[in-house]
Amino acid sequence: VGKKVQAIYLWWHKPVIDKELLQSLPNLKVIANSGVGMDHLDLKLVASFGVKMANAPHAVSSSTADTGMALLLASARRLVEAHNISISPSMEYCEADILGVKVAGATLGIIGMGSIGYKIALRAKAFEMNILYHNRTRRKVQEEQAVGATYCKKIDSLLQQADFVMLVVSLTPQTHKLIGKRELELMKPTATLINISRGAVVDQEALVAALQTGVIQAAALDVTSPEPLPRDHPLLKLKNVILTPHLGIKTDKATYMITEEAVENILAALSGLPLPSEVLPS
Amino acid sequence: GPDLKVISTLSVGFDHLALDEIKKRGIRVGYTPDVLTDATAELSVALLLSACRRLPEAAEQVKSGGWTTWKPLWMCGYGLSDSTVGIIGLGRIGQAVARRLKPFGVRKFLYTGSGPKPESAAEFGAEFVPLMRLAEESDFVVVTCALTPATQGMCNKDFFGRMKKTSVFVNTSRGSVVNQEDLYNALANGQIAAAGLDVTTPEPLPTDHPLLSLKNCVILPHIGSATYATRSTMAVLAANNLLAGLRGEPMPHELKL
Repeated sequence: VGKKVQAIYLWWHKPVIDKELLQSLPNLKVIANSGVGMDHLDLKLVASFGVKMANAPHAVSSSTADTGMALLLASARRLVEAHNISISPSMEYCEADILGVKVAGATLGIIGMGSIGYKIALRAKAFEMNILYHNRTRRKVQEEQAVGATYCKKIDSLLQQADFVMLVVSLTPQTHKLIGKRELELMKPTATLINISRGAVVDQEALVAALQTGVIQAAALDVTSPEPLPRDHPLLKLKNVILTPHLGIKTDKATYMITEEAVENILAALSGLPLPSEVLPS
Repeated sequence: GPDLKVISTLSVGFDHLALDEIKKRGIRVGYTPDVLTDATAELSVALLLSACRRLPEAAEQVKSGGWTTWKPLWMCGYGLSDSTVGIIGLGRIGQAVARRLKPFGVRKFLYTGSGPKPESAAEFGAEFVPLMRLAEESDFVVVTCALTPATQGMCNKDFFGRMKKTSVFVNTSRGSVVNQEDLYNALANGQIAAAGLDVTTPEPLPTDHPLLSLKNCVILPHIGSATYATRSTMAVLAANNLLAGLRGEPMPHELKL
């Protein structure tokens, strides 16, 4: 059976692509990933077997940007807390005013201004947010002006000014634990951290401590380390945290488009044609 | 009492006031439009996103341990890309909602109300349509109209019956615009996919109300304008309306009766 396999369509890190698997599939030509993140793959190892890799960058960007905004707004208005109060069978709550913060005029700091980050900026602009961004490279002036975003060459400057910090980077050795104790302490005590990138971009222990002691006000996390979190994890108990189970791409359309992108890449690889979204080891 | 000269309401809605009687007695009314538009529009979009992406339901799965491993269709919701959004009541709040939804990739805006508003609609290329056509063609329905005799119970069995099975219904206007029993049935029977309500009848709902048991219904305790800054501004405005009324001076925002 191993000799027949020419393509793998990878769903959520399964199967695990290691040396043993690659050795058992001599005719494997391509691995297509169901998403844009490739941090779970050893790109050099796969390439060394002459196997091409592809991700699905176009399918994910809108739905993931929507998730980022959904978390930002839900956090600002304490939405999950308010819903739970509304549906609670207990009679304790009477006229509790769930006061939140206004998003218009607040400062959003986007860390990682790739296609998803840029889509977030477009959405945030319509909410009249003041937008700062930090990225490996600066975007073109016209792109900045279109969303009214100001470049922060130093991440510190963004962290000190933002009311909402949104993480939209891909996970690489450089972004691993990008947000740690130092970065959290630079943030305002009234600020909210939103993570839609990868759990490992944040030093999770430092984040728990920061949330417990009021170093930052709140967090909304669509990604954690690991996923799911163990049942006794402190993040599950914190009142000022919204946790969602990696919903980034979970819409009917995105799921369909991801598969379409994967199939396009697989067919191209099998026909010896260039892949629409090939990922090379850097 | 017979000495009542001024009523100052901390809201933009005035459906709770017996306007005929008030006018007859020559009582003046102050209210708080405009200052709460942004906060209410933000809450409306927050509610829409939470309902279509199943935020409270998914958050509960994380807490309860229902999230075990990743499955492709688990907790899948609906996206705004290429969608049609129907706004019932393209007033200040309705327009502010449309403005915020536009960059989410909405393909088309529809709206309905007592009459077309071409100047307001132009910004979004919104098309004025009859209520039932809005129900039939919208992927997302957002209700931001005032409660009047014309809009009372407007969203009923007939309305929900015409909506798409994949559609999401959001109400941040007044509970009575919706026939709540018909909404419950539509949600329970899969006639529509999900709903988000900031307003209900009554408020709060009794703790055993069937709507509270639906997984596809996000319910909030009327927090449309509930931000520190907005409530502060509203309070100051309401106080100034009241004082001006008592002094016989023009109010910052007087309701014309």
